[in-house]
Amino acid sequence: MRAPPSQSKKMLTPVGAGRATRRILLGVVLVLTGFFLAAPLILIFTSAFSQGIGVFFKNLTDPAIAYAIWLTLLTALVVVPVNILFGLAAAWTVTKFEFPGRTLLIALIELPYSISPIVAGVAYLFVYGTQGLFGPLLEQFDIKIMFALPAIFLASMFVTAPFVARELIPLMQVQGTDEEEAAVTLGASGFATFVRVTLPNVKWAVVYGAILCNARVMGEFGAVSVVSGNIRGVTTTLPLQIELLFHDYNIVGAFTASMVLAAVALLTIVLKVVLERFGEADLASVNRLH
Amino acid sequence: MRQRSVIPGFGLALGTTVLYLGAIVLLPLCALILRASDVGVEQFWTILSAPRTLSAIRVTVTMALAATLFNAVYGLLLAWVLARYEFPGKRVLDALVDVPFALPTAVAGLALTALFAKNGWFGAPLDSIGVSVSYTPLGIAIAMAFTSVPFVVRTVQPVIEDLGTDVEEASRSLGASDWQILRKVIFPSIFPAFLAGCSLAFARCLGEFGAVIFIAGNQPMKTEIVALLAFIRLEEYNYGAAAAIATVMLAMAFVMLIVTNIIQAWHLRYLGRGD
Repeated sequence: MRAPPSQSKKMLTPVGAGRATRRILLGVVLVLTGFFLAAPLILIFTSAFSQGIGVFFKNLTDPAIAYAIWLTLLTALVVVPVNILFGLAAAWTVTKFEFPGRTLLIALIELPYSISPIVAGVAYLFVYGTQGLFGPLLEQFDIKIMFALPAIFLASMFVTAPFVARELIPLMQVQGTDEEEAAVTLGASGFATFVRVTLPNVKWAVVYGAILCNARVMGEFGAVSVVSGNIRGVTTTLPLQIELLFHDYNIVGAFTASMVLAAVALLTIVLKVVLERFGEADLASVNRLH
Repeated sequence: MRQRSVIPGFGLALGTTVLYLGAIVLLPLCALILRASDVGVEQFWTILSAPRTLSAIRVTVTMALAATLFNAVYGLLLAWVLARYEFPGKRVLDALVDVPFALPTAVAGLALTALFAKNGWFGAPLDSIGVSVSYTPLGIAIAMAFTSVPFVVRTVQPVIEDLGTDVEEASRSLGASDWQILRKVIFPSIFPAFLAGCSLAFARCLGEFGAVIFIAGNQPMKTEIVALLAFIRLEEYNYGAAAAIATVMLAMAFVMLIVTNIIQAWHLRYLGRGD
């Protein structure tokens, strides 16, 4: 692994490239990471299977866990497409146009990143709860949002609103407006320009953002925990089901539910690595242009 | 409003964006602040200065600081190793850094609780030397540290990768030692990014909920974090107190956001000067 010795470079070894330094730093990092980041993952998988594969499948098909899986998938199916559309609209607004308040709008788009999910959950209660702003109105028309599925969707939307936009904005900023302007000048409609010029340029970034968004929606705990009311068999998403099983001392069951989410997380990381290569292709097309 | 752009769709895109942000993000936050302002200054102060609230704030802030301190060192080492060294398994290590972001907090909380339980893989040996982690503030710090690992690494790593070798080589040829180059050349150029990463990590620790509540034991006055206290007040139908505590958390988040932005602006100026 050492660089071949060359006369002119002999004195100029980079900092930390010495053999001893390298070994010590690498050793410390690998041991710490093994204990801190890898061990929890390994534990989840071994614990889920700790009573054999039969018990694992029995747990997995348990009606409560099966329902939680279904509800989690449904939430992702509702929230991710909405936030893809929002991400596209938001990125299109702040990267293709100059207008007063643009910087403020970008800050607002990123705001949910900085807010604790618990705060988001509590805040939603003051809009749709019985004591909230719209509480009396909703009650009058007998519409239930709080402690029901709509609240889970809304809170998840809050938490993951910036995920797609954040991937798109820097990319579309670099890509500029030349191609869109050319298309429009040649007579393409706004919609055609968007679908045939903009979208192909950012498709991998959209997929990338959507995958990160999906992982977060499926795993969101704090915000959903507040707004769902944790009603067994009605508003228990997978992360909430994990907590219920943990409190019921059903540790293997809790780890089975955890394993499903850990598998989603691992898949997300693998796709992220793959897509980062495709993303480089997106950027390469930019470099070719400029 | 629009300036010299031939691209259509400004109104539609801006309208959609503002409407969505207004309904999904701003409306709830305004409702929260509105509800908290209903509490009244005196009552607000009574809620915040209650021993249980003060203790929750103290535990949250000290453990967030401890977790950030750990991640400052560990994150910097990780970033350095990933940016500077080639070794087998580097891709796996790089991917492992994303685990805390990808893994749901409840899953992380459950796994850490099992690892550090008295009969767990780490808990048992630690217990034999008299260190207990679960149901103690140390457990809170560990859960916070786990969820915020990637912030320092992912902010510092690209800066180390982009570090030009020219100044380093110049100082080397002038006879500077490794330590001198590290202290006087490398560290100053990564310091703003490092600080930004630390403040992001600290902000995340302050608001962390899922991972912490599994391992903390959640004893009032001892191992109860602010986020959980807000939740408990809600469940007690004490909406005023929940609103007050959540508003304080929101204020802390805004302060951290401003601090991080100032650091990042400084970072950009620093980069600009280098070019």
